[in-house]
Amino acid sequence: MPHDIIKISNLRRDFNVGAETVHALRNVSFGVKENEFLTIMGTSGSGKSTLLNILGALDKPTEGDYYLDGINVSNLSKDELAVIRNRKIGFVFQSFNLLPRTSALENVELPLMYNSGISSRRRREQAIEALRIVGLADRMKHAPNQLSGGQQQRVAIARALVNDPVMVLADEATGNLDSKTTEDIMSLFRKLNREGKTIVFVTHEHDIAGYSKRTIVLRDGEIIDDYENTGRPAQGS
Amino acid sequence: MNLFNLTKIALKAMGRNKMRTFLTMLGIIIGVTSVITMLAIGQGSKESIQEQISSMGANMIMVHPGSDERGGVMMDPSSMQTLKLEDVEAIQKYASHVSAVSPMVSTSGQAIAGSGNWPTTIQGVSEDFPDIRKMEVAEGVMFTDYHIKRAAKVCLLGQTVVDELFPYKETAVGETIRFRKVPFKVIGVLAEKGQNTFGQDQDDIILAPYTTIQKRIMAVTHIQSVYASATSEMESEQAEEEITRALRISHELAENEENDFTVRSQQELISTFSSTSQMLTILLGAIASISLLVGGIGIMNIMFVSVTERTREIGLRMAVGGRSRDILSQFLIEAVIVSVGGGLIGVFLGLVLSYGLGNILGWPVTVTEQSIVLSFMVCAVVGIFFGWYPARKASGLDPIDALRYE
Repeated sequence: MPHDIIKISNLRRDFNVGAETVHALRNVSFGVKENEFLTIMGTSGSGKSTLLNILGALDKPTEGDYYLDGINVSNLSKDELAVIRNRKIGFVFQSFNLLPRTSALENVELPLMYNSGISSRRRREQAIEALRIVGLADRMKHAPNQLSGGQQQRVAIARALVNDPVMVLADEATGNLDSKTTEDIMSLFRKLNREGKTIVFVTHEHDIAGYSKRTIVLRDGEIIDDYENTGRPAQGS
Repeated sequence: MNLFNLTKIALKAMGRNKMRTFLTMLGIIIGVTSVITMLAIGQGSKESIQEQISSMGANMIMVHPGSDERGGVMMDPSSMQTLKLEDVEAIQKYASHVSAVSPMVSTSGQAIAGSGNWPTTIQGVSEDFPDIRKMEVAEGVMFTDYHIKRAAKVCLLGQTVVDELFPYKETAVGETIRFRKVPFKVIGVLAEKGQNTFGQDQDDIILAPYTTIQKRIMAVTHIQSVYASATSEMESEQAEEEITRALRISHELAENEENDFTVRSQQELISTFSSTSQMLTILLGAIASISLLVGGIGIMNIMFVSVTERTREIGLRMAVGGRSRDILSQFLIEAVIVSVGGGLIGVFLGLVLSYGLGNILGWPVTVTEQSIVLSFMVCAVVGIFFGWYPARKASGLDPIDALRYE
C-alpha cells in the first residue's frame, strides 16, 4: 500500500484586505498517495495559486493541517520551511525561472548548493544525472538563451528532480510553450510519473488534466470535484 | 549553506556582470589609492622635516639667557649677560646624561682675505661643538683644548665663506683671514651642510675658540648660549632636567625664583614641527577618505539596483531552499568582495603611485604599514556597512511575491 505524500485536512487560508477578510481557501481536505499524478484545476480566483503556495511550503494555512511526507508543515518556522522546500519539493514554474548567463548544469545544481551535506562532486554527478533523465545531457554547458523554450523547461524540470524530492510541484508549467512542446513536456512528466515520481500539476487548462491520473477542481476556494481520469489522455485536441 | 558555497554563488553572480562589478570597484579603488598616497605624502614630508632637524644634531640642547627686568624695563634675552663659563662647568659636573657641552659667543662682521671680503658670523665655541651640531671637518683639523687655553687666533671656515673669500684657491687651509682687524689662521674647512629647514645657510660661518672671541674680539667674560648634547635622543629630556638643575645651582636661585635662562632641546622642535605635518597628514587623509566614502555609497547604490533587478532570482533561490540568512549572506559577501577586492587593487595602485611620485618628482614619500592595514580594514567595514541594507532588503523579500515579480 503506497503511503500518503500529502495529507490535507480542513485547510483554510484567509487574507486580510483592508477591513475585509477574503477566504481564499475554505475547508479543503484531500490526500495524495505516492506515485500519483494529480492535476489541480481551477479558473483564476479559484484559490489554486493559494493552494499551490501552501503545497509548496511557501505559505502557511490560517487553519488546518498540512502533512507533507509525514511532517506537519503548518507549524514550521520560515527557515524550517526553506529546508522542507530544499529536501522534499521540486518546483517547476511557468516562466522557467532559470538564472541568466549560467550554464544548464549550474542551474540544475542550484538547489543542492543550499544543502551543505552534499559535496561538490556529488552535486555535479546528481545534476548530470538529472539532465540525462530529461534528455539534455548534451546541452549541459549551454546558457538558457542558447536553448529553446522546451529545452529551458526541461532544464527547470531537471532542477526540480536533482534533490530527489518526494513531490514535483508544477505551476502552469506549459503555459509559455506551444502545443507541440507542451505535448513533449507532458510526456516527460508522464514518464517521470511512471518511473515513480509523485507529481502535482496546477493549471487552468482542461487539456493538461487529461495527462494526469486524477483531477481536483477548485472553485471559490472549495473543492467541487475530485475524480480519477480514465482511459488515455486526449491527444492534440 | 556554508560560506564556501555562498562565496562561490556571489562570485558567479558578479561574474555575470563584470563591467558593473568593475565600475563599482573603481570607486573603492580610487578611494584606497588616494588614501594610501595622501598618507604616504604626509608621512614622507613629516619624516623629511624630522630628518632635517635631526641633521642639525638630534640630541642637541640649547641654553639661552632668560629675560629679566632692569629698573622695570624688560630686557631682550640676547643682551643678557647671565650665562658664564662657570655654568658650562656646572653642566659638565652635574649633568650625567650630557655627553658634550660647548659655550657659544658669536658676533657678525666682515671677514677679509686679500682682495675679497664677506659679511659673516664668527662663532666662538669649544672643540666639542662640531660633534654637538653634527658638523664635520672636510679639510685640515679642528682646533683643540690647547688653542682654547691660549686663545689662539685660529679658525675653521664654512664652505660658503671659503667660496667667497678664496674662489680660486685649491684649499683655504693655511691661509690667513682678518676679522675685525684680528688675523686668524685657517686650520680647517667644514663639510658642506646646505640650508636648514628655515632657509638659513648653515655653511656661512666661521668657527674659532670661544676664548679668542671673548678676549680678542668682543672683550667680554660672559657667554651668549650653551650648546650641549644628550647621551641619546631618548635621554634628551633627562639631560634637559639635569642642565636646568645644574644652572639653578650655579645661578644660586632660591626655590621660589623662576629660571633666568631657557633650555630647549631639538626634540621639542621636532615635536612642534611634527605636529604641524601631522595635521597636514590628517587633512590629506580626511579628504581622501571622502572618496572612499563615496565609493562605499556607490556600492550601496549598485547593490540596491542589483537586488531589484534580481528579485526573481532571489525568489527562485528561496523557493529551492535558500533561507533568509543565505540570501543576506550572499549579497553581503558580494558587497564585501567588491570592496575588499577594490581595496587590494587600491593598495597596489597606491604603492605604485606613492613610489612613482617619490622617484619621478623626488617627493619624500613613506608608505606605512598602518596606512595599508587601516585603509584595508576601512574597506571591509565599508563593504559590510553599505552592503548590509540592500542585503537586508533582499533577504526580507517574500518568495511568493519575488517569484511573480515582473
